[in-house]
Amino acid sequence: MSDVPLNPGDAVRSPPRPRTRRDAQFDRIRDREAARQGTKLRGGRFLSKFLNNRLAVVGLVIFASIILLSLAAPLIAQHDPKSPNLRAMLDPPSAEHWFGTDRTGRDIFARVLYGGRVSILVGLGSALLSALIGVVIGVYSGYVGGWLDWVAMRISEIFMSFPQIILVLLLVAILGQSLLNLIVIFTLTGWGGIYRMARARMLSIREEEYVQALRSFGLGPARIAYKHMLPNALGPIMVNITLSTAAFILQEAGLSFLGLGVPMSVPTWGNILNAAQDLRLLENAWWVWLPVGATISLFVLSVNFIGDGLRDATDPSQQG
Amino acid sequence: MQPSEPILRLRDVHVHFPIKGGVFKRTKDHVRAVDGVDLDVYKGEVLGLVGESGCGKTTLGKAILQLVRATGGSVTYHGDAGETELTTLDDAGLFPFRKRLQIVFQDPHSSLNPAYTIFGSLEDPLRHYGVRSRAERRKIVGDLLEAVNMRREAMDRYPHEFSGGQRQRIGIARALSIEPELIVCDEAVSALDVSIQAQVLQLLMDLKREKQLTYVFITHDLSVTEYLCDRIAVMYLGRIVELCDAEELFANTLHPYTEALLSAIPVADLDRKSERIVLEGDVPSPVNPPSGCPFHPRCRYAQDVCRTDVPALRPYRTAAGGEHLAACHLIDQPPAD
Repeated sequence: MSDVPLNPGDAVRSPPRPRTRRDAQFDRIRDREAARQGTKLRGGRFLSKFLNNRLAVVGLVIFASIILLSLAAPLIAQHDPKSPNLRAMLDPPSAEHWFGTDRTGRDIFARVLYGGRVSILVGLGSALLSALIGVVIGVYSGYVGGWLDWVAMRISEIFMSFPQIILVLLLVAILGQSLLNLIVIFTLTGWGGIYRMARARMLSIREEEYVQALRSFGLGPARIAYKHMLPNALGPIMVNITLSTAAFILQEAGLSFLGLGVPMSVPTWGNILNAAQDLRLLENAWWVWLPVGATISLFVLSVNFIGDGLRDATDPSQQG
Repeated sequence: MQPSEPILRLRDVHVHFPIKGGVFKRTKDHVRAVDGVDLDVYKGEVLGLVGESGCGKTTLGKAILQLVRATGGSVTYHGDAGETELTTLDDAGLFPFRKRLQIVFQDPHSSLNPAYTIFGSLEDPLRHYGVRSRAERRKIVGDLLEAVNMRREAMDRYPHEFSGGQRQRIGIARALSIEPELIVCDEAVSALDVSIQAQVLQLLMDLKREKQLTYVFITHDLSVTEYLCDRIAVMYLGRIVELCDAEELFANTLHPYTEALLSAIPVADLDRKSERIVLEGDVPSPVNPPSGCPFHPRCRYAQDVCRTDVPALRPYRTAAGGEHLAACHLIDQPPAD
């Protein structure tokens, strides 16, 4: 009994216990916290949390390499993606044609590389643009409400009530067939979904007490909506952007197939896939559809991982 | 406490929320959340506002801050520059008065923005009120946190890292940040457990003394009001039914509703046989309040006159010579007016 200290004060007088590995660990944690104390936490914390998320980093690497490969297509591909070669129709992958050739003997590897340029621009571009429009309108009108909200809601309903294909036909007839018009069309038809989602989130966040507190300080509605409420609505918006990226890449293919998107001769991921819609090719020439299919999946997946990573990194209650 | 000059005067305040329905979203009816309240808040006092859930306490608190606009009546602020009617001011006109009136909310979990650090949440109002330099804002936020017994370093942490009591103290720090004169505490301690409640209440009282604050303390917990308040207003169905000094209310209850509320306070005394008055039913719907006295369907003394006439809030003399307002037909002493 006598060697057990009776109260905490006695323990101080007992000889210091030997340092263990755990002590060293605690010291390191303390140092790290002390080092972080004075620095600007926000940017560093965001980045370190994102980089600590393995999936997000993998996504970023895949995403970056696909974009770089597409940009560097002329340097990498040894073949012209548009010139047919009638002596090499439907050749399986070989040293000459890494991904084989399609029905008219065009090199599929080159087509996938060049196709990425159009598809990524259309897919990601329209997704980001429609998200921008949808969020800017939805966040403000959702918070403020009233007639502004009513008008925005009716406009989005008008856009969403037309079948997309009719809008597209109309716009192509007016604007003509081009890559830029495709992005405009997707943005016009796509912003409604994100707008509604952003608005719905704002309607529920609006009732939170911290919003009431900000109002009681007399802060302006734009400041409250965009600065204080929007960060809490970002999660589902991020997910929506990644999903619509994939959807737009595939829609571009569909429209191109109908002759409403980019011309069929221009390689895009969608065009390549469309050309493989044939039972004979599906069964016997896997190299026509598998590489490009895998590329689309990989790209969409990487966008997804990045979106997830961004969402987790912006959510402070997730440890990083 | 002897009432000094009023800081806030409410006259016949109504807050009615429209109920919309039908095909064309016509206004079918109104929820009469606050239905004609007269109330003076004096400088430096703690005014308790008690009542059941749904009796309009919170709405009245928000109407004081103009977070909810009164649909009728007047809310005047009495400051150095004379009286100002708040209900008719637009946002720009309200701006100077936002600085005087602040609010502490009930739910510590939704009262802080989860996306920002404490500093991030607290600095924006400061910037709005003209504190330009970041270093100065950090200093002010640090001082505020220390004023509510928290560490300065807490400002770089996120709300989810704090307990309910800590968050509530941060909420108080936020309300103090622009040095208001009057703070509406909307069930400020109801969501906390009892030991933390005592801590936060003590803090509120210390701050009041230090900064000469006035509180409107909204609560459903009468034992808290007894400890804290100088005067107590009892609300029922959007109306004030009894209003007097705290001691007077507990010693000499006039209104049967207050009587029932007081009988519900548990007393730690085995010998005392307290008669528990159990109110039947719920608070009547504020959409369709009962005729006459709003309390008569649940009142055990109710008589014919209660079913037809609305009792006015009338003053009665207290033993100490003060004023005791109550709205009941059946009080057996003559009113002082």
